Amino acid sequence: MSATQAAVPPKQRPAGAGERPVDRRRGSTLLRHLAFALAAALVLVAVSYAVEPFRNFQLATVAAYLCATAGLTVLTGLNGQLSLGHGALMATGAYTVAFCQNAFADRGMTGGWLLPVSLGAAIVSTVAVGAVVGVAAARLRGPYLAGVTLAVAVVVPALAVTFDGVFNGEQGLSVPVEPPPASLGPYFPYERWQLWLAGAATLLALLLLANLIRSRYGRTFRAVRDDEVAARLAGIHVARTQVLAFVVSAATAGLGGALLAVLAQSVSPGAFSLTLSLFLLMAVVIGGLGRLAGALWGAVLLVALPDLTHSVTELLTLSPAVAQRLEGNLPLAIFGITLVVVMIAAPGGVQGLLSRLGRALLARWPARRS
Amino acid sequence: MDRFVFLTIDGLSRGAVYAAFALALVLIWRAARVVNFAQGAMAVAAAYVAYTVAAETGSYWLGFVVAIVAGLLLGALVDRAVMRFVDHTSPLNPVIVALGLVLLIQAVLGMLYGSEFRPAEAPFSRSALTVGGIAVLSPYDLFVFAAIGVVVVGLAWMFSRTPVGLRMRAAAFAPEVSRLLGVNVGGMLTLGWALASGVGALAAMLVIPTELGLHPHAMDLVFVSAFTAAVVGGLDSPPGAVVGGLVVGLLLSYVSGYAGSDLTPLAVLVLLLAVLLVRPGGLFAPVVARRV
Amino acid sequence: MSGEDLLVVRGLVAGYGAAPVLQAVDLSVPAGTIAAVVGANGAGKTTLLRALSGMIRPTAGQVVLAGEDLRGTPVEQLVRRGMAHVPEGRGVISELTVDENLRLGGLWRRDRADAGRALDEVYQLFEPLARRRRHLGHQLSGGERQMLALGRALVGRPRLLLLDEPSLGLAPRVVARTMALLRQLRDRTGLTVLLVEQNVRSALAVADQGVVMALGRVVIAAPATQLRDDADLRHAYLGF
Repeated sequence: MSATQAAVPPKQRPAGAGERPVDRRRGSTLLRHLAFALAAALVLVAVSYAVEPFRNFQLATVAAYLCATAGLTVLTGLNGQLSLGHGALMATGAYTVAFCQNAFADRGMTGGWLLPVSLGAAIVSTVAVGAVVGVAAARLRGPYLAGVTLAVAVVVPALAVTFDGVFNGEQGLSVPVEPPPASLGPYFPYERWQLWLAGAATLLALLLLANLIRSRYGRTFRAVRDDEVAARLAGIHVARTQVLAFVVSAATAGLGGALLAVLAQSVSPGAFSLTLSLFLLMAVVIGGLGRLAGALWGAVLLVALPDLTHSVTELLTLSPAVAQRLEGNLPLAIFGITLVVVMIAAPGGVQGLLSRLGRALLARWPARRS
Repeated sequence: MDRFVFLTIDGLSRGAVYAAFALALVLIWRAARVVNFAQGAMAVAAAYVAYTVAAETGSYWLGFVVAIVAGLLLGALVDRAVMRFVDHTSPLNPVIVALGLVLLIQAVLGMLYGSEFRPAEAPFSRSALTVGGIAVLSPYDLFVFAAIGVVVVGLAWMFSRTPVGLRMRAAAFAPEVSRLLGVNVGGMLTLGWALASGVGALAAMLVIPTELGLHPHAMDLVFVSAFTAAVVGGLDSPPGAVVGGLVVGLLLSYVSGYAGSDLTPLAVLVLLLAVLLVRPGGLFAPVVARRV
Repeated sequence: MSGEDLLVVRGLVAGYGAAPVLQAVDLSVPAGTIAAVVGANGAGKTTLLRALSGMIRPTAGQVVLAGEDLRGTPVEQLVRRGMAHVPEGRGVISELTVDENLRLGGLWRRDRADAGRALDEVYQLFEPLARRRRHLGHQLSGGERQMLALGRALVGRPRLLLLDEPSLGLAPRVVARTMALLRQLRDRTGLTVLLVEQNVRSALAVADQGVVMALGRVVIAAPATQLRDDADLRHAYLGF
C-alpha cells in the first residue's frame, strides 16, 4: 500500500481535521472516532431535553441534511467529482422509505425494527441508483459530469409526475411512522424522538464515513482527485475508486433523503428539486470542500438560514404577497451570493477559515513559550 | 403521415431554439473553457425585463430588442464582475460559481415578479398554415427559423470574416500569444460572454411563448436540452451545436408526439448519457473518448 | 553599429513565485544591431524575454524602449510600442490558417494600407507561406512554423524583435537561413534583434553583441567577434 500513499503529493494533502496524525496514530483512529461519536450522542441527548420541541425538529432536519452533505463532501471534496444530482438521490431514498413504510402499514405490521429495515432498503436502492450514475460519472470529467448530474437533478423529480400511478404525481406519498416506543413514557415529545432517530442514524453514517476517509480507500480517493495519472501509475484503479466514492456518497444521500421523509412524514417531488441539489452543493462548498466538519456547517446553514430570513421578514411590515415572495426567495438569494463570494474569496470555506485560524493560533503559542 | 410532418416541423422549430442556446454555450466554452450553467437563468432574466418593457410600452418589438440588449449587458457583467475573479485552475470552481448565479438570479426574479407562471404572448400566430390539406408551418415557426437563421449566419460571418472575429478566435485558442500580438484578450472574453448571453436571451424570447410561460425556472429543462445538443455536436464546434440542436429538437418532438410529452425529460437524459458514454467527443468529433 | 540604444535594461529582477530567476540584469542593445543572449539551461534567458515583454511582471528594475519606460504597460500594448516577441516553441496558433496567423500580426495597426503592404512583403519574403495560405497552423512543418512566427512578428513592422530559441528543433540548414535572414533584415530595415539561443556558435555568428548569462545575471557583454575569437573568454564563459 506504500505505493498508493506515495501517490498523494504531500503538498496537496488538505490540512483538514485529523489529517496530519494519520500515520502515527492509525491504531487508535477507530477508537478516537467512536469516542467522538459517543460524546456527540451524549451532547445530542442532553440538548434534546434542554430545547423546545420545534428546535428538536430543526436539529433532526440538520442531521438528515448532514447525511447528504457529508456524502457529497466525500465525493466532491475528497474525490473531486462534482454532483448536482444528489437531490435526486435523496429523492430515491425518500420514496423507497415511503414505499416500505406504506407496505408495512398496509399489512398491519408493527414493531421497532420496521423503520431500520425501511432505512436500510432506502440505502440499498440508492446505492443501486448511485452505482449506475457512478459508472457513467467515472467516465466523465468536469463540465460533462456536472451537466449529466444536472440533467439527473432536473429529470428525476419530473419522473414522479410521469409515472404518477406509482409516485402519485406532484402530491406525493405519505410516510406512516410509528410513535415513540411506550417504554419512553406516555408524554415523550414526538420531536425529541425524531431527533434521537435522525441523530443516531446520522452519527452512525458519519462514524463510518470518518473511518473510510482515514482508511486506505480515503487515501486513494484523494490520490485520484489530486492527479489521476499519478494515481494510475501508482496502481490505483481510477474508475473503480470513483464509482466507489459515488456509491458511498449515494448511500449517505439516500439515508439523508429517507430521514427527511420520515421527519416530514411525506414525500413529494417538489421537496427534491434542482434547488435542493444546488443547496447541498452550496452547503458543502461553504462548509469547506473536503472537510467532514465543513459538512456540518453547511447542514446547519441549510436549516438556519431560511429560519432566519423568516424571522427577518416577520419583523418587517410587508403585505402578505410581498412577504411570501421575500420569504421564499431571500434564502436562495443569500445562498447564491454566498456561494459566489465563498468560491472567489475563501475556497476553503468556513471550516478552512477556522482551521487556518486555529493553526495560526497554535503556531503562535509555542513560539511565545520558547 | 400528417402527424409525422407536423412533428418534424415542430421539432425543427424547437430544435432551432436549442441550437441557438447550444451555440451560446459553445461560444463561452470555446472562449473561456467554462460551461455557463447560469445561461438559462440569465436568459430568463433578460426575458422578464423584455416582457416588463413590452407591458409598459405595449410594444412587443421594443421588448424584444430590450431582451437582446439586456442579455448582452448581463453577459458582460457576469464576466467582468464575477467570472474574472474566479480561480480557473480547477474546472469545478467556475461551474460552482455559475450555479451560485443560478440560485441568485432565480431568487431575485422570484422576489421581483413572484413564482407564478406569467403568460407570454407570441408576436405571430402559432396555428399552422395548411398546404394541400397538411398542416405545416405556423407564422411563428417561420419567425423562429428566420431569427435564428440570421443569428447563426451572422455569427458565422463575424467569426470567419471580420477582424474582431479573428481576434476572438485567436484569444480563445492562444491567449498568451494573442496578447503578444496586441489582442486585448480580456476584452475579447467579455465580448464572447456578452454575445453568448445575447443569443441565449434571444432563444429564451423565442421558446418561452411556446411553453407554459414566463417563470424563474422556465429555462431549466431548455438548458438541459441545449446542453445535450451542445454535447451531441461536441462542445467545441459551433456547427455541431446547430446540428445537435436540431437533432435534439426532432427527437423530443417525436418522443412527445408518439410516446407522450411526460417522457421528454427522460428522453433528454437518456440521449445525453448515451452520447457521453458512446462518443464523449460528440457525434461529429474526429477524436474518440479522452480517457485520462 | 553606432547610434542610440534602442533597448536599455537596468537592474531587472523577475521570476515565478517567491524566488527570482533574474537577479538585477543590466543590458543595452543599440538600435539596428543584433544581440545574442547565450548561457546554460536555467540561466534565465527565456525569463528575460518574458519579463521584457511583460508576460511576467518584473519585481524591480527598469525596461526602457526608445527612451520610453515600459513599466506598467500591458502586454497587449507593447506591440504598439514597436516590440515583437516570438516565444519559445514559436506560438503559431495551430487552429488558425497561415493567412489568419499573419493577419493577426497586423490587426492592431491603424494604418490598414501599410498593414496590407507588410503582409504582402512577408509573403514575398517567405515563399512557402504564400503557397500554403489556407493551410492550418498544425499542418505546417517545423521550418514553416518558424517562418510563420517570424513573418507574423514582421507584419507589425517592429523596431525590436525578441526571438526565443529560433533554432530549437530545426535542421542546421533552416537555422542558417533564419540567421541570414535576421542579418538581412537588420541591414535593410534597421531592425533591432534580441536573440536568445542555446546554439551558441550560430548565434554568435550572426550577432553584433554577445551577452552571456549565468544564474540569472549577465556575466559578460562583449562584441560577438571578441567572444567568438578570444579562446580564453570562450573557455571561461561558454565552455568550448
